[in-house]
This record gives sequence, C-alpha cells and structure tokens, in this order.
Amino acid sequence: MSSTTTTMNQFSTFRVADQLFGVDVGRVQEVIRYQPMTPVPMARPAVAGLINLRGQVVTAVDLRVQLGLPPRAEGELPLNVVVRTGEEAVSLLVDSIGDVVDTTGDLFEAPPETVSGPARELISGAYKLEGKLLLALDVDRAVDVDRTS
Amino acid sequence: MTELDDEIVQEFLVESHENLDQLDRDLVALEREPASRELLGSVFRTIHTIKGTSGFLALHQLESVSHVGENLLSRLRDGVLTLDTERAAALLDLVDAVRAILGCLETTGAEGTHDLAELTARLASLLEPDAAGAAAPVSAVAAAAAVAAAVVAAPGAATEAASPASAAPPEAALPIQPEHELLGEILLEHGTVSPSSVEAALLEQQVAGDERPIGEILVDHGAVSEKQVSEALETQSEGRRSVADSTIRVDVDLLDALMRQVGELVLTRNQVVSQAATLRDTNLLRAAQRLNLIASELQEGVMKTRMQPIGNVWAKLPRIVRDLGVACNRQVRLEMEGAETELDKTLLEAVKDPLTHLVRNAVDHGIETAEDRLAAGKPAEGVLTLRAFHESGQVNIEIRDDGQGIDPARVGAKALERGLVTRDQLAVMSTPEIVNMIFLPGFSTAAAVTNVSGRGVGMDVVRTNIEKIGGTVDVASVPGRGSTIRIKIPLTLAIIPAVTFQCAGERYAIPQVALVELVSLDAEEAQKGIEWVSEAPVYRLRGRLLPLVYLDAVLGLSAEDGTRQPRESLSLVVLQADGRQFGLVVDRVLDSEEIVVKPLGRQLKGIGIYSGATITGDGAVALILDVLNVGLQSGVLSASRDRAFTDASVVAAVEERESLLLVGVGEDRRMSIPLGMVTRLEEFAVSAIERVGSREVVQYRGQILPLVRLASHLGNYSDPDRERVQVVVHAEGGRSVGLLVEAIHDITEESVTGRSDLDSTGLLGSAIVDNRVTEMLDVRSAVLAADPNFFRNAPVEQPAFEMSGAYS
Repeated sequence: MSSTTTTMNQFSTFRVADQLFGVDVGRVQEVIRYQPMTPVPMARPAVAGLINLRGQVVTAVDLRVQLGLPPRAEGELPLNVVVRTGEEAVSLLVDSIGDVVDTTGDLFEAPPETVSGPARELISGAYKLEGKLLLALDVDRAVDVDRTS
Repeated sequence: MTELDDEIVQEFLVESHENLDQLDRDLVALEREPASRELLGSVFRTIHTIKGTSGFLALHQLESVSHVGENLLSRLRDGVLTLDTERAAALLDLVDAVRAILGCLETTGAEGTHDLAELTARLASLLEPDAAGAAAPVSAVAAAAAVAAAVVAAPGAATEAASPASAAPPEAALPIQPEHELLGEILLEHGTVSPSSVEAALLEQQVAGDERPIGEILVDHGAVSEKQVSEALETQSEGRRSVADSTIRVDVDLLDALMRQVGELVLTRNQVVSQAATLRDTNLLRAAQRLNLIASELQEGVMKTRMQPIGNVWAKLPRIVRDLGVACNRQVRLEMEGAETELDKTLLEAVKDPLTHLVRNAVDHGIETAEDRLAAGKPAEGVLTLRAFHESGQVNIEIRDDGQGIDPARVGAKALERGLVTRDQLAVMSTPEIVNMIFLPGFSTAAAVTNVSGRGVGMDVVRTNIEKIGGTVDVASVPGRGSTIRIKIPLTLAIIPAVTFQCAGERYAIPQVALVELVSLDAEEAQKGIEWVSEAPVYRLRGRLLPLVYLDAVLGLSAEDGTRQPRESLSLVVLQADGRQFGLVVDRVLDSEEIVVKPLGRQLKGIGIYSGATITGDGAVALILDVLNVGLQSGVLSASRDRAFTDASVVAAVEERESLLLVGVGEDRRMSIPLGMVTRLEEFAVSAIERVGSREVVQYRGQILPLVRLASHLGNYSDPDRERVQVVVHAEGGRSVGLLVEAIHDITEESVTGRSDLDSTGLLGSAIVDNRVTEMLDVRSAVLAADPNFFRNAPVEQPAFEMSGAYS
C-alpha cells in the first residue's frame, strides 16, 4: 500500500440506503435529478428503465437492486449518476448526491468485513474518511446486470 | 509512391470502377442497338478516360490494352466498322481485363503482370475486316498506326486536337482532361458537321500548323455556322462543369454523423413544438413552427445526400444476365423500370448481393431455354423485369420473369424430402405458402446443381439479408407463366415509418414494414371474436384463422391463457414476419409516425424482443419491438412448425372461403364436404340397401346409386344398429354416388379450407370450424371408392380432376 500513499483520487459521492459510495470522477459524465423512466419488460430486475438524456436513450440501473438492498420507500425518487462504460452511458440510480471528495491512497483499505453479500462484489475497497467510510464502487461491475445476484 | 500519387490512384480507382459498370451496361445495350452513336460515344469516352489517366499514372499495361480498345471503338463510333457479337465479346473481355488490372492495382498497389497479348491481338484483328472500303486513306494509315501504338505506348505531341475517325495516337497524349469532350466530337454528335470536314480541319491544325481553334477553322471552311460552334462550346463547358465542378466526393462516415445529428435535431424539434403548443406565446409558437419546417427540410436534405439511385446497383446486372444467358443457353431480355428510385446508400449496399442472387436465379431456374419456350407457346426470348418504386415510405423492388414459374408440387415434395414440413402440414398449406417455402433454410429447388447456382447460398440467405435491414421478401408464381419476387425495404435505417400503440400503460413502436393491417375490436367483438384453440388464441379475419399474440403476455405483464378476462376494447396489429402473419393484441393503436431509431444499451441486448428505442414527441422513451423475435418467442412463428397452433395458422392463410356441409362420420368424427359437391341429401332405410358383388347400392329415382360408407372408407366402423342412414348424393355427368354418413350437422360459411392432393388417406387436411377440428373430405377419392369408373366419361370440368387417369 505504501506505493499508493501519494496518489490523489477524486470521488463523486452519493448515498444508497445510508451508505456512502464513491465513483472515480473521471468515470462520471454527469449527475442529474430524477428523470421519468420507461420500464423495460423482460429485462433484468436491476434495469429500472430507460431515460431520455438529451436525445440519447440511456439505461438506468438501480443500485439498490444491484446491492441487494430493499426498494426505496414509496414516493422517494432516485437521482441519476450517469457513468461512462466503454462506448455507452449508463445511469446509476442512487438515493441522494454528495460532494466530490479528495482521497489519498493511504486511506484505502480492502472491503471491510462488515460489507457482505452482493455489495462486496461491487466495491473495490473503502476509504476511511473522517467520521465516515467511503465505499469505492467498481463501475464496470455495478452496470453489469447479468451478475448472479 | 508518394502520398499525392497514392491519392490520385485512389481517385482513379473509384472513378474507374464506376466507369466500368457504365461500360458493361452500355456494351450490352449496344449489342441490341449496334448503331447508336450515343452509346458508342459514351463507351468510347469511358475507355478514353481510362487510357488517358493510366498513361498519366504510368500504368503501361492498362494504357496499351485500353488503347487498342479505344481504336476499335473510335472506328465503331464513326461507322467505319459495325458492332457484331464478336467485337462486343472482345470489348467485354477488354472491360474484364481492365477490371482485373484495376483490382490488382487496388490490392497490391501495382499493375501486376497480365497476359494481354491475345486480347490485344484480337482487338487489333477486329479492326481489319470492313475497314478497307469504308474509310478514307488517312484513316487507313492511322488505323495501322493505331495497331502499332497498341504495343508501344503512344507518342505524340499534346495538341488541342479534336477526335475524328482515326486520330487516335495524338489523342493519347491528352490524358489530364478526360471529361473535356472535344469540340469536334460535339459537332459530330450534333450532326452539324461531317467527319471528313473535321478531319480536314484537324489536318490543317496538325499538318499545316494552323494554330487557330478547330471551331474557327471549321467556320472558315464554311462547314458550320458560328452559331453552331457557340452552341457546341456551350455544351462543352456544361459538360465540364457537371462532372468536375458541381459534384464533390464525401466520406460516408461524415454523412452518417450528419444524419445522426439531424436525427437529434428532429427529436428536439418535436419536443420544442409540443411544448410550445401548451404555452400561449404566439411568438414562441411562430418560431417553433418555423423550426419545425426548417428541421423537416434539413432532415430531408441530409437524407437525400445519402440517397443513391438503385440503378447504381442494377448497372452490373445487364452484364451478369448476358453472360449467364450465354452460359445457360437462355435468351433473356432485361428490362428495368424505375432505375432512378433512390434509397439510402447503406441499404443499397445491403440489397446488392440478394438482388444479384435473385437475378441469377431467375435466369438459371426461371427462364427456360429457347426451345422449351417455343414448345410452350412463348416467345423464344424470355423477359426479366426489374422494377423499383416508392410506396408508403418504403422502396419496393420487383424481380419478375416470364419463365416456367415455381411448381408448388415440386417445392412441396422437396420440403417433405428435406424434412422442412410434415405431410399433414403440407396438406393444409395454401399454394402461396408452399411456394414461399423456397425461403426456408436448407431449401434449394435446383434439380441439378449447376455452376450458376446451387452453391449452398440459398434463398434463405436472401431473406435473412433483406430482413436484417428491416425489409421483407416474398414470391408469387404462376406455373408456366413466371414468378415475381417482391422486396420491400425501408428508405433509410435511421429514421423509419412506424406505428405506435399502447399496451399495459406504456407506448411501443413497430416498424411499418412489418405491418399488414390494423383491426380494432370493441368490447363485444373482443369477447366474441377471439377464440381459443387448445389454449392458443385465434381471430377469424375474413374467414382466415389468425393466430394471436397478447403483447402483455409476451412482455410478461399478464398470463396468456383461456381464463383471460375480455377487456373493454382492444386492437389487433396484424404483422408479417418470416413469411407468416399473426395478430398482436394491444390496448390501443396511437399513431403512425416517423421515428428515429436509437440503439439499446448492453444491459438490454439479450432480451431479443426489442430492436431499439425511440424518443416520442413529449420526450418519453418508447421501445421498438422486433417483430420477428416477438413472433418466435411467443411461438406463433416456431421454426419447426411443430405446434398444432401453427397448423391452424397455416390453414388460416388460405384466402378461399366457401360453404361447407358438416357431417358426422363414425362415432365422433366431424367432416366437411364442399357444398358445391353436394347434389342432394337423402335418407334411406337400412333395409333398402342391396348388395351388388362387394358393393352396396340403393335404388334411387329409377337408377342404381352406388354407396360408400365414409366411416369404413376412412378406416372406422360405423354403427350397424341404425334403422335409417343419411346419404350425401354427389352427381356429375349423368352419374351419381351416395356417401353414407352418420349425421348431417350443419352448413357453414365460416370456414377455411386447404386444398391439396398430396394426402392419400382420403382427406385433404383439417381445419378449425366453429372451434372444432374438422376434417376435410377428399370427395373425389370417396366417390371413386363407390364407383371406380365414375370419372371415366365425366366431362372434364375442373382441372382438379385431370389426374383421374391415375386411378384407371
């Protein structure tokens, strides 16, 4: 780990079920408020629907489903964290948006033992911030709806 | 090779390939119209251009071979020689040789080595025969020089020379302005001046060193008027502008990007316009309307830049048809209608191969040899017609031949042999359906594998390729009269006409190309009209059984079974895919509109039933259904045709509708007899039946009526305890037979029949009548069972009976 102590990382943060997650800012295209969605019957459960992002059709993946968490309460609208994967954009549905956080490699640790289940597969590790824990999300796994979950 | 050279070579290749296609077409046309100066002029110019540019690029083989061809052509054009088959063949070979060299140049960057001695010699020798008498002495000398020039690259000084009959060598040095038609040529074409006057003027230019332009010399000689020269000069400059100045080459990728952006603009426009309509701001509304108009025009304009006439693809076909005709010993005339019909370049590329395959097929399998045609009372020359036209936002292409047509019996037998259908399925199929089986994978009608077709690339590949670009293909054929293959493809892939509808609260779209018709059912019709046949819903559409698919069931939003509650009202979207029709049950049809197709993300690729998404006027996303996959996943288009359900749909495809008599046979079999074959219904006491030899008869109207018990005829035992029997009397040509049945049920019009003589069990097949499986009696075989001689003396009224000889 000592070799990474000097690396600075910027994370775009958001909350899902009161857990703080972060995605490398380089992967985030934009963050937008709730968008009406068109459901896609027969799609995987994690596919919440399709949104119209300025004329582009973007698939919205619900992180609650991906993380194996219970659904949002009635009337609670998710926000979109639009990330780039390969050539296309995918929206990750989250509960609320946080700040952009600077971290350094020395704060990084492997996924804590307390994180279990599907969530463990989706995070690459945790950053011990002051008073809170930032879980670093593996974007490519997070948008993979074919994972057995 | 420097970069600049490379670029020039690329340009040359692109241009030459286009020119060669034009050459093929012109030469084949010339064979029919050997005297056409216009065609000869065009061919001459093309070869001249190739020769000139190849000289400039130091492609010596290309230059020398095109040079000899040019000599021959210039003499043909000037009427010194006439174009006969031999010369046409040599010129076509020349085109091939040029193409081969260009191909080599394209792949290796060099000419390569080609043995052109034989071709060069042949072309040179064809300069000879009728040259002596017709040409002036100057021409004869020049002709000799031309032959010499074929071997050595042409020398000669660059002079502003026109091109008379035989001034080939000097011309070779004018390679850089190939499109620049020479003034002398134009005047000759206009017919304002004789070749000899031009020659005289040229001689003055070249020999006497007169430096005035040729037009001036000619006016001076009194050969033409000044007005004629100025007209010709105008023609000359127009020609130059149209080729060089008014067109540019654009990378297709750039057009693709432009097209996408315009697609976005159209969507944004839709949103702005629909938003503006809700606000009461007049200025905004006016601006929105203006935007609407401009965006539409822009969209149309950008789409046009990608449009190319289908003639570009057809250009290769005359040559193919000609060569194939010679190879297969067929006389074929190729006619083309609507070559100017335009479609998107991408689509044009995609239909090229299928089209070529279909044309080859038509020549090889469709059109007969001249002898066969004459024997069949048709003209020796077959006609192959290509027709293209726009219709409801689609391009229609027809390939029609007046050949032997497709024999449904042969197709049926082949499909059976290949295991593509079962005998029972075949028995209930309609003729169009049987004929369209040629598109099934693993089918090939070629009785013998020829070197033309039968190379494993079948009609199924044609269909797959057409369907890949959202098109459809089907065939109609009249045995002995010919076949017509119809291809329908969208104008463009990015923006397609579609119909939108609602199901379970969401909007979906289906490409118009798959749509056959829309049927709207009110609550009562929905309840009564949709019937369930072994848990599969069907709808009677004008006497046919249309298999139905509930979209909400396909989408997993409700269960598909007989317990479904009838809804208020619903709509049937009748679709065609894979050569079959089915009805998609949706809640409500919304609109017919142009939609911009958006690709779906990776997360949705595996589902299959969606081909993309689009954005509607109000900014929402709507999914586009993949009709073929919806059909396949719901089972109505099961590839193996193994579901009883599909059989019903097969039966349903027959358009015929006639009255049927429904009778009971044996214990519980229900059978239909076409009412037209029923003369009378009678009832006899069992005691009245007498025996003659092994046959049963009754006395009836002073005659002996032979009887056949349908139950035993069809392998059942009838109930012997009855006192009275029901008899269906069939009379024809003075003879009568009685078909003994257990019960007369009903006469119905609501039916569907399939006719086929392929089943030997005494049945023509089965159909679903009033929700019950009903067998269709083969009346002829039943009649013959009662009276083997029945049809012996009967007048041949129906063609269906012409096979009676087989029974005697």
